[in-house]
Amino acid sequence: MSARISASVYTSHVPAIGVAIDLGKTDEPYWRPLFDGYDPAKEWFTAHTPDVIILVYNDHATTFSLDIIPTFAIGTAAEYAVADEGWGPRPVPDVVGHPELASHIAYSVIQQDFDLTIVNRLAVDHGLTVPLSLMCGQPSAWPCQVIPVPVNVVHYPIPSGQRCLDLGQAIRRAVESYDDDLDVQIWGTGGMSHQLQGPRAGLINSPFDQAFLDELIAAPTELAKKPHIDYIREAGSEGIELVMWLIARGAMSDLAGGPLPTVRHRFYHVPASNTAVGNLILEN
Amino acid sequence: MAIDKPYLDVPGTTVFDADQSRHGYWLNQFCMSLMSADNRERFKRDEAAYLDEWAMTADQKQAVLDRDMNRMIALGGNIYFLAKIGATDGKSFQQMAASMTGMSEDEYRDMMVAGGRSPDGNRSVRESGEPAPTTPEQRATSPGKPA
Repeated sequence: MSARISASVYTSHVPAIGVAIDLGKTDEPYWRPLFDGYDPAKEWFTAHTPDVIILVYNDHATTFSLDIIPTFAIGTAAEYAVADEGWGPRPVPDVVGHPELASHIAYSVIQQDFDLTIVNRLAVDHGLTVPLSLMCGQPSAWPCQVIPVPVNVVHYPIPSGQRCLDLGQAIRRAVESYDDDLDVQIWGTGGMSHQLQGPRAGLINSPFDQAFLDELIAAPTELAKKPHIDYIREAGSEGIELVMWLIARGAMSDLAGGPLPTVRHRFYHVPASNTAVGNLILEN
Repeated sequence: MAIDKPYLDVPGTTVFDADQSRHGYWLNQFCMSLMSADNRERFKRDEAAYLDEWAMTADQKQAVLDRDMNRMIALGGNIYFLAKIGATDGKSFQQMAASMTGMSEDEYRDMMVAGGRSPDGNRSVRESGEPAPTTPEQRATSPGKPA
Protein backbone atom coordinates (compact mmCIF):
# COMPACT_ATOMS: atom_id res chain seq x y z
CA MET A 1 0.00 0.00 0.00
CA SER A 2 1.41 3.38 -0.91
CA ALA A 3 0.54 6.92 0.03
CA ARG A 4 -2.23 8.59 -1.94
CA ILE A 5 -3.81 12.02 -2.41
CA SER A 6 -7.43 11.65 -1.37
CA ALA A 7 -8.62 15.24 -1.76
CA SER A 8 -7.66 18.82 -2.48
CA VAL A 9 -8.83 21.88 -0.57
CA TYR A 10 -8.74 25.46 -1.85
CA THR A 11 -9.11 28.47 0.39
CA SER A 12 -8.21 32.12 0.79
CA HIS A 13 -5.77 32.94 3.59
CA VAL A 14 -6.73 36.53 4.53
CA PRO A 15 -4.85 37.66 7.68
CA ALA A 16 -7.92 39.46 9.07
CA ILE A 17 -9.71 36.08 9.23
CA GLY A 18 -6.97 34.87 11.57
CA VAL A 19 -7.41 37.97 13.70
CA ALA A 20 -11.19 37.43 13.86
CA ILE A 21 -10.68 33.83 15.03
CA ASP A 22 -7.93 34.70 17.51
CA LEU A 23 -9.93 37.56 19.07
CA GLY A 24 -13.22 35.64 19.23
CA LYS A 25 -15.03 37.86 16.71
CA THR A 26 -16.47 35.08 14.55
CA ASP A 27 -20.04 35.74 15.75
CA GLU A 28 -19.96 39.42 14.82
CA PRO A 29 -22.37 40.31 11.98
CA TYR A 30 -19.47 41.24 9.69
CA TRP A 31 -17.87 37.81 10.06
CA ARG A 32 -20.82 35.44 10.67
CA PRO A 33 -21.65 34.82 6.97
CA LEU A 34 -18.05 33.90 6.24
CA PHE A 35 -17.67 31.44 9.11
CA ASP A 36 -21.13 29.96 8.44
CA GLY A 37 -19.93 29.31 4.90
CA TYR A 38 -16.91 27.38 6.20
CA ASP A 39 -18.93 25.21 8.63
CA PRO A 40 -19.58 22.45 6.06
CA ALA A 41 -15.87 22.45 5.18
CA LYS A 42 -14.94 22.05 8.83
CA GLU A 43 -17.43 19.19 9.22
CA TRP A 44 -16.02 17.52 6.12
CA PHE A 45 -12.48 17.94 7.45
CA THR A 46 -13.38 16.42 10.83
CA ALA A 47 -14.68 13.34 9.01
CA HIS A 48 -11.76 13.28 6.55
CA THR A 49 -8.73 14.33 8.60
CA PRO A 50 -5.73 13.06 6.65
CA ASP A 51 -2.36 11.92 7.95
CA VAL A 52 -0.54 14.72 6.13
CA ILE A 53 -1.46 17.98 4.39
CA ILE A 54 0.78 19.33 1.65
CA LEU A 55 0.00 23.01 2.11
CA VAL A 56 0.77 25.29 -0.84
CA TYR A 57 0.92 28.97 0.14
CA ASN A 58 3.05 32.03 -0.34
CA ASP A 59 5.41 33.50 2.20
CA HIS A 60 4.52 37.19 2.66
CA ALA A 61 8.04 38.60 3.18
CA THR A 62 8.29 36.58 6.39
CA THR A 63 10.92 33.84 6.03
CA PHE A 64 12.00 35.01 2.60
CA SER A 65 13.18 38.64 2.44
CA LEU A 66 14.93 40.00 -0.64
CA ASP A 67 18.00 37.96 0.39
CA ILE A 68 16.73 34.68 -1.08
CA ILE A 69 13.65 34.27 -3.29
CA PRO A 70 12.89 30.62 -4.11
CA THR A 71 10.27 30.11 -6.81
CA PHE A 72 9.10 26.76 -5.39
CA ALA A 73 10.25 25.49 -1.99
CA ILE A 74 9.41 22.56 0.30
CA GLY A 75 9.77 22.31 4.06
CA THR A 76 11.54 19.14 5.19
CA ALA A 77 11.76 20.06 8.89
CA ALA A 78 10.17 18.30 11.86
CA GLU A 79 8.62 21.52 13.20
CA TYR A 80 7.78 25.04 12.05
CA ALA A 81 7.43 28.02 14.38
CA VAL A 82 4.57 30.49 13.94
CA ALA A 83 6.02 33.77 12.66
CA ASP A 84 5.85 37.24 14.18
CA GLU A 85 4.74 39.22 11.11
CA GLY A 86 4.89 42.51 13.00
CA TRP A 87 1.76 42.19 15.15
CA GLY A 88 3.30 39.43 17.31
CA PRO A 89 2.90 35.69 16.53
CA ARG A 90 -0.65 34.32 16.15
CA PRO A 91 -1.71 32.33 19.24
CA VAL A 92 -1.91 29.04 17.34
CA PRO A 93 0.03 25.79 17.74
CA ASP A 94 3.39 25.28 16.07
CA VAL A 95 3.18 23.18 12.92
CA VAL A 96 4.50 19.61 12.94
CA GLY A 97 6.07 18.48 9.68
CA HIS A 98 6.59 15.11 8.03
CA PRO A 99 10.33 15.12 7.20
CA GLU A 100 10.38 11.65 5.62
CA LEU A 101 7.54 12.22 3.16
CA ALA A 102 8.72 15.78 2.46
CA SER A 103 12.23 14.56 1.65
CA HIS A 104 10.79 11.83 -0.54
CA ILE A 105 8.70 14.39 -2.44
CA ALA A 106 11.73 16.67 -2.85
CA TYR A 107 13.78 13.78 -4.20
CA SER A 108 11.08 12.56 -6.57
CA VAL A 109 10.00 16.00 -7.82
CA ILE A 110 13.57 17.16 -8.44
CA GLN A 111 14.16 13.94 -10.39
CA GLN A 112 11.11 14.99 -12.45
CA ASP A 113 12.96 18.22 -13.37
CA PHE A 114 11.33 20.60 -10.83
CA ASP A 115 14.18 22.26 -8.93
CA LEU A 116 12.56 22.74 -5.53
CA THR A 117 14.44 24.67 -2.84
CA ILE A 118 14.74 22.57 0.32
CA VAL A 119 14.02 24.55 3.49
CA ASN A 120 14.62 23.38 7.05
CA ARG A 121 14.23 26.65 8.93
CA LEU A 122 10.89 28.17 8.09
CA ALA A 123 8.67 30.42 10.22
CA VAL A 124 5.15 30.01 8.86
CA ASP A 125 2.95 33.08 8.39
CA HIS A 126 -0.78 33.71 7.91
CA GLY A 127 -0.60 32.14 4.45
CA LEU A 128 -0.23 28.73 6.09
CA THR A 129 -1.88 29.18 9.51
CA VAL A 130 -5.13 30.88 8.45
CA PRO A 131 -6.19 27.95 6.21
CA LEU A 132 -5.51 25.56 9.11
CA SER A 133 -7.61 27.73 11.44
CA LEU A 134 -10.45 27.95 8.93
CA MET A 135 -10.60 24.18 8.41
CA CYS A 136 -9.65 22.96 11.93
CA GLY A 137 -10.87 25.68 14.30
CA GLN A 138 -8.83 26.30 17.44
CA PRO A 139 -7.34 22.97 18.57
CA SER A 140 -4.48 22.83 21.11
CA ALA A 141 -2.45 20.95 18.49
CA TRP A 142 -3.08 20.72 14.72
CA PRO A 143 -4.73 17.36 13.96
CA CYS A 144 -2.22 16.19 11.36
CA GLN A 145 1.25 16.74 9.98
CA VAL A 146 1.85 19.50 7.44
CA ILE A 147 4.39 19.85 4.64
CA PRO A 148 4.73 23.52 3.71
CA VAL A 149 5.21 24.33 0.02
CA PRO A 150 5.93 28.07 -0.26
CA VAL A 151 5.62 29.56 -3.75
CA ASN A 152 6.90 32.96 -4.82
CA VAL A 153 3.97 35.05 -6.08
CA VAL A 154 5.24 38.34 -4.60
CA HIS A 155 8.46 39.15 -6.45
CA TYR A 156 8.26 38.93 -10.26
CA PRO A 157 9.16 36.80 -12.15
CA ILE A 158 6.67 34.32 -10.67
CA PRO A 159 5.76 30.87 -12.01
CA SER A 160 3.14 30.45 -14.72
CA GLY A 161 -0.17 28.69 -14.19
CA GLN A 162 1.04 25.88 -16.45
CA ARG A 163 4.17 25.37 -14.35
CA CYS A 164 2.02 25.24 -11.22
CA LEU A 165 -0.34 22.65 -12.71
CA ASP A 166 2.64 20.57 -13.84
CA LEU A 167 4.22 20.75 -10.39
CA GLY A 168 1.00 19.42 -8.89
CA GLN A 169 1.14 16.44 -11.23
CA ALA A 170 4.75 15.79 -10.22
CA ILE A 171 3.79 15.96 -6.53
CA ARG A 172 1.01 13.41 -7.09
CA ARG A 173 3.48 11.00 -8.69
CA ALA A 174 5.89 11.58 -5.81
CA VAL A 175 3.25 10.84 -3.16
CA GLU A 176 2.09 7.70 -4.94
CA SER A 177 5.64 6.37 -5.00
CA TYR A 178 5.99 6.64 -1.20
CA ASP A 179 5.78 3.21 0.42
CA ASP A 180 3.88 4.01 3.64
CA ASP A 181 0.10 3.84 3.70
CA LEU A 182 -0.65 7.55 4.19
CA ASP A 183 -3.79 9.57 3.49
CA VAL A 184 -2.54 12.86 2.03
CA GLN A 185 -4.43 16.02 1.12
CA ILE A 186 -3.06 18.91 -0.90
CA TRP A 187 -4.28 22.42 -0.22
CA GLY A 188 -3.96 25.40 -2.54
CA THR A 189 -4.37 28.75 -0.79
CA GLY A 190 -4.51 32.52 -1.39
CA GLY A 191 -6.79 34.73 -3.46
CA MET A 192 -9.42 35.20 -4.59
CA SER A 193 -9.63 38.64 -6.28
CA HIS A 194 -7.99 41.38 -4.24
CA GLN A 195 -5.56 44.26 -4.45
CA LEU A 196 -3.78 45.65 -1.39
CA GLN A 197 -1.77 48.47 -2.96
CA GLY A 198 -2.10 51.78 -4.73
CA PRO A 199 -5.19 53.83 -5.62
CA ARG A 200 -6.73 50.71 -7.19
CA ALA A 201 -6.74 48.87 -3.83
CA GLY A 202 -10.03 47.19 -3.00
CA LEU A 203 -10.60 45.69 -6.44
CA ILE A 204 -12.98 42.71 -6.37
CA ASN A 205 -14.24 40.74 -9.39
CA SER A 206 -16.90 38.20 -8.46
CA PRO A 207 -17.68 37.09 -12.05
CA PHE A 208 -13.97 36.39 -12.58
CA ASP A 209 -13.74 34.44 -9.31
CA GLN A 210 -16.83 32.32 -10.03
CA ALA A 211 -15.58 31.55 -13.54
CA PHE A 212 -12.20 30.63 -12.04
CA LEU A 213 -13.89 28.15 -9.69
CA ASP A 214 -15.91 26.68 -12.58
CA GLU A 215 -12.81 26.22 -14.70
CA LEU A 216 -10.70 24.95 -11.82
CA ILE A 217 -13.24 22.17 -11.30
CA ALA A 218 -13.98 21.25 -14.90
CA ALA A 219 -11.22 22.57 -17.17
CA PRO A 220 -7.96 23.01 -15.23
CA THR A 221 -5.72 22.45 -18.26
CA GLU A 222 -7.43 25.39 -19.99
CA LEU A 223 -7.26 27.52 -16.85
CA ALA A 224 -3.52 26.87 -16.59
CA LYS A 225 -3.01 28.83 -19.83
CA LYS A 226 -4.32 32.08 -18.32
CA PRO A 227 -1.45 34.62 -18.42
CA HIS A 228 -0.41 36.65 -15.38
CA ILE A 229 -1.63 39.90 -16.92
CA ASP A 230 -5.21 38.58 -16.95
CA TYR A 231 -5.06 38.00 -13.19
CA ILE A 232 -3.59 41.46 -12.60
CA ARG A 233 -6.19 43.24 -14.72
CA GLU A 234 -9.21 41.18 -13.67
CA ALA A 235 -8.45 39.94 -10.15
CA GLY A 236 -6.12 42.63 -8.78
CA SER A 237 -2.38 42.61 -8.25
CA GLU A 238 -2.63 40.25 -5.26
CA GLY A 239 -5.24 38.06 -7.00
CA ILE A 240 -2.23 36.49 -8.72
CA GLU A 241 -2.04 34.21 -5.66
CA LEU A 242 -4.71 32.12 -7.41
CA VAL A 243 -2.04 30.45 -9.58
CA MET A 244 -1.14 28.44 -6.47
CA TRP A 245 -4.55 26.74 -6.57
CA LEU A 246 -3.41 25.10 -9.81
CA ILE A 247 -0.68 23.19 -7.94
CA ALA A 248 -3.30 21.49 -5.75
CA ARG A 249 -5.56 20.94 -8.76
CA GLY A 250 -2.70 19.38 -10.74
CA ALA A 251 -2.32 16.72 -8.05
CA MET A 252 -5.82 15.31 -8.63
CA SER A 253 -5.98 11.96 -10.40
CA ASP A 254 -8.22 13.04 -13.32
CA LEU A 255 -5.14 14.72 -14.80
CA ALA A 256 -3.50 11.28 -14.88
CA GLY A 257 -6.42 9.59 -16.61
CA GLY A 258 -8.73 9.08 -13.61
CA PRO A 259 -12.34 10.26 -13.28
CA LEU A 260 -13.23 13.90 -12.58
CA PRO A 261 -13.08 14.75 -8.86
CA THR A 262 -16.25 15.13 -6.81
CA VAL A 263 -17.12 18.62 -5.52
CA ARG A 264 -17.78 18.27 -1.77
CA HIS A 265 -18.08 21.96 -0.94
CA ARG A 266 -18.06 25.31 -2.70
CA PHE A 267 -18.40 28.68 -1.03
CA TYR A 268 -17.77 32.29 -2.04
CA HIS A 269 -18.06 35.45 0.02
CA VAL A 270 -17.21 39.16 -0.31
CA PRO A 271 -15.54 40.69 1.61
CA ALA A 272 -13.07 39.65 4.25
CA SER A 273 -11.21 42.90 4.82
CA ASN A 274 -9.84 43.68 1.30
CA THR A 275 -10.47 40.29 -0.24
CA ALA A 276 -12.94 37.99 -1.96
CA VAL A 277 -12.96 34.62 -0.17
CA GLY A 278 -13.34 31.27 -1.90
CA ASN A 279 -13.42 27.73 -0.52
CA LEU A 280 -13.62 24.54 -2.55
CA ILE A 281 -13.17 20.87 -1.67
CA LEU A 282 -12.53 18.25 -4.37
CA GLU A 283 -12.32 14.53 -3.61
CA ASN A 284 -10.64 11.95 -5.80
CA MET B 1 15.62 41.92 -25.59
CA ALA B 2 13.84 43.96 -22.93
CA ILE B 3 11.58 42.15 -20.49
CA ASP B 4 7.93 42.45 -21.51
CA LYS B 5 5.94 44.42 -18.92
CA PRO B 6 2.33 44.29 -20.11
CA TYR B 7 1.18 45.48 -16.66
CA LEU B 8 2.52 49.04 -16.97
CA ASP B 9 -0.85 50.37 -18.20
CA VAL B 10 -2.85 49.06 -15.23
CA PRO B 11 -3.95 52.17 -13.32
CA GLY B 12 -3.09 52.71 -9.68
CA THR B 13 -0.99 49.54 -9.59
CA THR B 14 2.72 48.81 -9.23
CA VAL B 15 3.89 45.30 -10.01
CA PHE B 16 6.84 44.37 -7.81
CA ASP B 17 9.29 43.37 -10.51
CA ALA B 18 13.09 43.20 -10.54
CA ASP B 19 13.45 46.92 -11.35
CA GLN B 20 11.23 47.96 -8.43
CA SER B 21 12.97 45.46 -6.18
CA ARG B 22 16.41 46.79 -7.05
CA HIS B 23 15.40 50.37 -6.17
CA GLY B 24 13.63 49.25 -3.03
CA TYR B 25 16.14 46.74 -1.70
CA TRP B 26 17.13 48.57 1.50
CA LEU B 27 13.67 50.03 2.10
CA ASN B 28 12.24 46.52 2.05
CA GLN B 29 15.07 45.04 4.11
CA PHE B 30 14.53 47.76 6.74
CA CYS B 31 10.88 46.67 6.87
CA MET B 32 11.94 43.06 7.51
CA SER B 33 13.81 44.19 10.63
CA LEU B 34 10.47 45.23 12.17
CA MET B 35 9.48 41.58 12.61
CA SER B 36 11.36 41.66 15.91
CA ALA B 37 9.66 43.29 18.90
CA ASP B 38 12.97 44.80 20.06
CA ASN B 39 13.50 46.51 16.71
CA ARG B 40 9.91 47.80 16.68
CA GLU B 41 10.58 49.41 20.06
CA ARG B 42 13.85 50.95 18.90
CA PHE B 43 12.23 52.26 15.72
CA LYS B 44 9.36 53.83 17.65
CA ARG B 45 11.74 55.49 20.13
CA ASP B 46 13.64 57.37 17.41
CA GLU B 47 12.45 56.71 13.87
CA ALA B 48 14.95 58.95 12.09
CA ALA B 49 17.92 57.46 13.95
CA TYR B 50 16.74 53.93 13.21
CA LEU B 51 16.28 54.73 9.51
CA ASP B 52 19.81 56.16 9.37
CA GLU B 53 21.12 52.67 10.12
CA TRP B 54 19.93 51.60 6.66
CA ALA B 55 21.36 52.45 3.23
CA MET B 56 18.07 53.96 2.09
CA THR B 57 17.72 57.13 0.01
CA ALA B 58 16.63 60.35 1.70
CA ASP B 59 13.35 60.15 -0.25
CA GLN B 60 12.68 56.63 1.01
CA LYS B 61 13.35 57.65 4.61
CA GLN B 62 11.08 60.67 4.29
CA ALA B 63 8.28 58.53 2.78
CA VAL B 64 8.54 56.19 5.78
CA LEU B 65 8.45 59.10 8.25
CA ASP B 66 5.41 60.48 6.37
CA ARG B 67 3.79 57.01 6.26
CA ASP B 68 3.08 57.75 2.58
CA MET B 69 2.53 54.22 1.31
CA ASN B 70 1.99 55.17 -2.34
CA ARG B 71 5.29 57.01 -2.31
CA MET B 72 7.04 54.08 -0.61
CA ILE B 73 5.71 51.78 -3.34
CA ALA B 74 6.85 54.20 -6.07
CA LEU B 75 10.31 54.11 -4.48
CA GLY B 76 10.53 50.33 -4.65
CA GLY B 77 8.61 49.16 -1.59
CA ASN B 78 6.34 46.12 -1.72
CA ILE B 79 3.13 45.96 0.28
CA TYR B 80 4.03 42.77 2.16
CA PHE B 81 7.28 44.34 3.33
CA LEU B 82 5.70 47.74 4.03
CA ALA B 83 2.99 46.01 6.07
CA LYS B 84 5.59 45.58 8.82
CA ILE B 85 5.54 49.38 9.27
CA GLY B 86 1.74 49.31 9.46
CA ALA B 87 1.90 46.47 11.97
CA THR B 88 4.36 48.47 14.08
CA ASP B 89 1.80 51.30 14.05
CA GLY B 90 -0.97 48.86 15.03
CA LYS B 91 -2.70 49.21 11.67
CA SER B 92 -4.57 46.47 9.79
CA PHE B 93 -4.15 45.68 6.09
CA GLN B 94 -7.52 47.33 5.51
CA GLN B 95 -6.37 50.57 7.11
CA MET B 96 -3.16 50.48 5.08
CA ALA B 97 -5.01 49.80 1.84
CA ALA B 98 -7.52 52.58 2.51
CA SER B 99 -4.66 55.05 3.06
CA MET B 100 -3.55 54.55 -0.55
CA THR B 101 -6.93 55.19 -2.16
CA GLY B 102 -7.69 58.75 -1.11
CA MET B 103 -10.75 57.44 0.78
CA SER B 104 -11.35 57.57 4.51
CA GLU B 105 -11.19 54.27 6.41
CA ASP B 106 -14.99 54.28 6.73
CA GLU B 107 -15.55 55.03 3.05
CA TYR B 108 -13.15 52.27 2.06
CA ARG B 109 -14.72 49.76 4.43
CA ASP B 110 -18.18 50.65 3.09
CA MET B 111 -16.95 50.16 -0.49
CA MET B 112 -15.66 46.70 0.42
CA VAL B 113 -18.89 45.69 2.20
CA ALA B 114 -20.79 46.84 -0.90
CA GLY B 115 -18.73 44.43 -3.05
CA GLY B 116 -15.44 46.25 -3.59
CA ARG B 117 -14.03 48.31 -6.42
CA SER B 118 -15.27 47.20 -9.82
CA PRO B 119 -12.71 46.17 -12.44
CA ASP B 120 -14.75 48.14 -15.01
CA GLY B 121 -12.73 51.20 -15.98
CA ASN B 122 -9.78 49.88 -13.95
CA ARG B 123 -8.28 47.28 -16.26
CA SER B 124 -6.11 49.67 -18.26
CA VAL B 125 -5.62 53.40 -18.54
CA ARG B 126 -6.71 52.93 -22.15
CA GLU B 127 -10.26 52.40 -20.88
CA SER B 128 -10.34 56.04 -19.83
CA GLY B 129 -8.38 57.29 -22.83
CA GLU B 130 -5.49 58.59 -20.72
CA PRO B 131 -1.87 58.02 -21.74
CA ALA B 132 -0.08 55.20 -19.94
CA PRO B 133 1.99 56.39 -16.96
CA THR B 134 5.69 56.27 -17.73
CA THR B 135 7.36 56.53 -14.33
CA PRO B 136 6.98 54.45 -11.15
CA GLU B 137 5.79 57.63 -9.41
CA GLN B 138 2.95 58.15 -11.91
CA ARG B 139 1.95 54.50 -11.75
CA ALA B 140 1.80 54.43 -7.97
CA THR B 141 -0.45 57.50 -7.80
CA SER B 142 -2.57 57.44 -10.96
CA PRO B 143 -6.14 57.35 -9.72
CA GLY B 144 -8.10 54.14 -9.66
CA LYS B 145 -11.71 54.51 -10.71
CA PRO B 146 -14.06 54.55 -7.73
CA ALA B 147 -16.52 51.74 -7.01
